[in-house]
Amino acid sequence: MYRLLEKRLLATNIYYMKVEAPRIARSCLPGQFVIVKTDDKGERIPLTICDYDAQAGTIAIVFQTVGSSTYQMALLEEGNAFQDVVGPLGNPSDMTGEALEDLKKESILFIGGGVGTAPVYPQVKWLCEKGIASDVIIGARSKEQLILVEEMQKVAGNVYIATDDGTAGFHGMVTGRLKQLVQEEGKHYSKAIVIGPMPMMRAACQLTKELGIPTIVSINTIMVDGTGMCGACRVTVGGKVKFACVDGPEFDGHLLDFDEAIRRQGMYKTEEGRARLKELEREQGIQHSCGCGHGGDK
Amino acid sequence: MDRMKRVPVREQEPEARVHNFDEVCLGYNEEEAKEEAARCLNCKNPLCVSKCPVYIKIPEFIQHVKEGDFEEAARTIAKDNALPAICGRVCPQESQCEGKCILGIKGEPVSIGKLERFVADWSREHKVDLTQKEEGSGRKVAIIGSGPAGLTCAGDLAKKGYDVTIFEALHEPGGVLVYGIPEFRLPKDTVIRHEIENVKKLGVKIETDVIVGKTVTIDELFDEEGYEAAFIGSGAGLPKFMNIPGENANGVFSANEVLTRVNLMKAFREDYETPVKLGRKVAVVGGGNVAMDAARTALRLGSETHIVYRRSEEELPARVEEVQHAKEEGVIFNLLVNPVEILEDENGWVRGVRCIRMELGEPDESGRRRPVEVKGSEFDMDFDTVIMALGTSPNSLISSTTKGLETNKWRCIVADEQTGQTSREGIYAGGDAVTGAATVILAMEAGKKAAKAIDEYLTSGGKGSVKDQPGD
Repeated sequence: MYRLLEKRLLATNIYYMKVEAPRIARSCLPGQFVIVKTDDKGERIPLTICDYDAQAGTIAIVFQTVGSSTYQMALLEEGNAFQDVVGPLGNPSDMTGEALEDLKKESILFIGGGVGTAPVYPQVKWLCEKGIASDVIIGARSKEQLILVEEMQKVAGNVYIATDDGTAGFHGMVTGRLKQLVQEEGKHYSKAIVIGPMPMMRAACQLTKELGIPTIVSINTIMVDGTGMCGACRVTVGGKVKFACVDGPEFDGHLLDFDEAIRRQGMYKTEEGRARLKELEREQGIQHSCGCGHGGDK
Repeated sequence: MDRMKRVPVREQEPEARVHNFDEVCLGYNEEEAKEEAARCLNCKNPLCVSKCPVYIKIPEFIQHVKEGDFEEAARTIAKDNALPAICGRVCPQESQCEGKCILGIKGEPVSIGKLERFVADWSREHKVDLTQKEEGSGRKVAIIGSGPAGLTCAGDLAKKGYDVTIFEALHEPGGVLVYGIPEFRLPKDTVIRHEIENVKKLGVKIETDVIVGKTVTIDELFDEEGYEAAFIGSGAGLPKFMNIPGENANGVFSANEVLTRVNLMKAFREDYETPVKLGRKVAVVGGGNVAMDAARTALRLGSETHIVYRRSEEELPARVEEVQHAKEEGVIFNLLVNPVEILEDENGWVRGVRCIRMELGEPDESGRRRPVEVKGSEFDMDFDTVIMALGTSPNSLISSTTKGLETNKWRCIVADEQTGQTSREGIYAGGDAVTGAATVILAMEAGKKAAKAIDEYLTSGGKGSVKDQPGD
């Protein structure tokens, strides 16, 4: 069992949980993910790691309630435990394998959309610990949906905010803010790392391609085991089939077939599922909004 | 009684069983078992034993069954096989023990598998304690993977008094026995759980949710946690696809995915969260046991199910019994047919499969006649789900994180056939991780041999003892 040590509500329907998982805390690196399972009958849910502390033997996960399984997770309280937490899965971010002197020459921009801001955090923090300051754009639907802004400010060079409704920072999408930074404020970036809902990543990649910025995306697909067994997570990258769990989760954003990835992500979205969600929303007053900073409806 | 004829084994009727996931074969009762056992000729030179990968003393246990001493029969089997309830159900007996039975020359061979299963089930139901443990050194051995190879290796080493821990990547132990083989062939809560409990009773610890190569490496287990030897029985988990157009359409699954959702995650039950989504008409591509398992699972989930296989019935790699069961249940066989493209509808979902007819040419390396495309014979079939059951290969999570561990071009770990010794001292391997996808019993044989070799290695001194030390 994996004890839940700390639970915080970061924004509407977005939870932060610090979990006891000593083996994972010792071995994980930025960019990797875990699979959690609440109880006997629960699903295996892939979630990105938001933070980890090898000394304390803890990892932090951030998730949004989007269906009945994540809703079950949200019901756990401090002192309760997850039945299973397995990982770290996937490959660490490319940058963790790069030579420090090469990294120092880069000017890196991170773009986090909605709950996708969470996996951006450990990467920015990792760079910060190496003495490298990177810029971050955090996008959300509105001010209330922004997460990890203060935490990010402590480890990033500049943090830029974009909200769809203009309640905080730039009024508009993250892509709008990026355009402004590059075209109006004279910013230059040698690499972008974009994490968020698929439609937001697709839009960001279209723009970074125009701007000539090499871009990495980190994707969260349907998967069961997370170790290459089920193949549910397969995506096409540059015409080749890859498994997000063992070949990813990071891929070249300019080569990923987003249309296919978005279509495959919806495979288990059923009428019953939607009905169940509506029911939950009614019963519990839970809103199903993705707050991705790209106005998409995930 | 006609000695040439088997005592038939009771089964659930096909019409009933396609609507449930309960075990198809109901097994012998005591009377039936004794009657079947009485057919055994008790050969002086039993050929059946020579074809058993773990050399169970077959005539000896069968004589005990004949006499009604089922407990003694169980003890006889337990000497050589720690997982008899599993082997009795899934071993390909027709090509092993039963294939050599003298009675099989003129009549039907003794139902050795069904007798083994009967004895194992009887001893479970009568709570016979078969655990025998020697005092030992308590030295630490790590077993990677809790499938048939790992469980066997762990059990044998624990019996010799080693401190054994199994590391399992999934949340439940059992490997392919749990995620791969369906409930209706191998019941999980009774059979599997019990066999795993038996291994635990020997003192084996099982740590689930540990992916060796990710969560911890073998070298960390050696250097930081005090393990002196390791056995890799991590199986062959990576599914193969055909690499044909349309294969990423919505509704194309690997057999692994469908089986894992249903078997491990229990998606067929209302009270479990994991979904499984099969269409009205399902094509299962492949002809092995996994293809039969996937097809029969799809059938039980309510789909019209077809096997699409490129060779003829004779070459089907699945066990005859599985093919028979699939046919009885209504699986439709499309033989000498191979998919060339998955057809998609306007939303990217499967709407059919473009196939080509095949004919058999000259025998290939496997000895089976090679299927050759019949030019211009393409035709379309309507399906809304396609399940690829084309085999699996080992993944490289362990080999890529263990320095000096040699693999071949199929990513299989290179290991000595007799001992399981790999290119790294103290590290042994066996089962599908070495051979590529094969059978439960061959994996068990490999686990057994490796346990013996690990015992010899550690008894003779362990680290550094098998290789010349520099300066020696």
